[in-house]
Amino acid sequence: MGEAAVLKPAPFQYVAPRSLDEALGALGEDAKPLAGGQSLVPLLNFRLARPATIVDLNGLGELSYLRRTGGTLRIGALTRQAALERSAVVERGWPLLTRAVSYVAHPAIRNRGTVGGSVAHADPAAELPVALTALDARFHVRSAARGDRTLQAAELFQAPLMTALEPDELLVEIEVPAPPDGARAAFAEHARTHGDFALAGAAVVRAGTEHAAIALLGAAPTPVRAPDAERALCHGATAAEAARIAGAQLDGDYRRALTTELVRRAIEEAS
Amino acid sequence: MRIELEINGRPYAGDVEPRTLLSDFIRHEAGLTGTHVGCEHGVCGACTIQIDGETVRSCLMLAAQADGRSLLTVEGLADGDALHPLQQAFHEHHALQCGFCTPGFLLAAEALLRERPDPTEREVREALAGNLCRCTGYEGIVAAVLEVARARPGEPA
Repeated sequence: MGEAAVLKPAPFQYVAPRSLDEALGALGEDAKPLAGGQSLVPLLNFRLARPATIVDLNGLGELSYLRRTGGTLRIGALTRQAALERSAVVERGWPLLTRAVSYVAHPAIRNRGTVGGSVAHADPAAELPVALTALDARFHVRSAARGDRTLQAAELFQAPLMTALEPDELLVEIEVPAPPDGARAAFAEHARTHGDFALAGAAVVRAGTEHAAIALLGAAPTPVRAPDAERALCHGATAAEAARIAGAQLDGDYRRALTTELVRRAIEEAS
Repeated sequence: MRIELEINGRPYAGDVEPRTLLSDFIRHEAGLTGTHVGCEHGVCGACTIQIDGETVRSCLMLAAQADGRSLLTVEGLADGDALHPLQQAFHEHHALQCGFCTPGFLLAAEALLRERPDPTEREVREALAGNLCRCTGYEGIVAAVLEVARARPGEPA
């Protein structure tokens, strides 16, 4: 560029691998994978993130897929949020994901943002990690040096913006088991304006008194389940009773009231 | 690094540092200053453009990532001197005052109407919720988009 160069992020080395193996080889300390960039690029623009190397994953078509194999949904980590939103397979089998992703920011963000990026960024206000927590998803990660491992949501999400992923590890696939037969699901959240970061939210999957999953958004530093409320639902508690149990441990009158009401609405919608 | 791309049907090329944002390439290298840069962290929507027909925030992409792609910016909407129906409707409904946010709104609204030709008012508001306007209160913008949606092809908007 000429003298008039306008440069917002700090300098970095740019690597654009054409295969997963090549990408894994480029990862490590001080290298940051770039997926949709809808969270990372703002951090680069503010220079809050100053990685030495950016590993641009966008050339890895092999990581962009939505596959139903047996009863299981396999989501390639680079799948755009917009692709998840438009998938008929997902809407038929995992409507909770279709509902949850519609709350993720705005269309222009979902066109770039990826499912894996949302998970790996681990923003405590993000919808997809909460929905995936309610669906008992398993997260497949890979590193060149240490091979593959599979994590549950409770193992992966450790703190706000912190996961169990090591610097040389990449989230490659999210595996979502089929919900129980006859299951219904609902997602509810409250944000000041549509698409803004949610203050609170709830994802519910329910199949009669056999199965109940309640995951909370904004209730803790990471997505959390509400096991006491789930058990209560399976033992015949009303939506209001279960919601009260789910909200009981939250600090702050407003957050507790908001979360309780959103859980109640989601349970009723899924009943 | 060398990039080559198409903007509004015309080829552009440039040598960029990898950290060059696409929004800065469009404005400073291609000289297309219709794309406005507001917050530069993906919140305001002013820099919204389309890449291969999909809306994106150009401040959240590297210019390097647009190599080989086809971009549409506000300069590509009008047909010669004839305003795009959305531009005409924005004019008629006072959907802009200072105009800073307008290019982003136009590109977002154009994509909405291609995907959903007959949106409800709620759908218009949700689709445009990622674009901030501090002048109009949004009423004129929503009215303009709805008017274009309801106009039959071939009839004046």
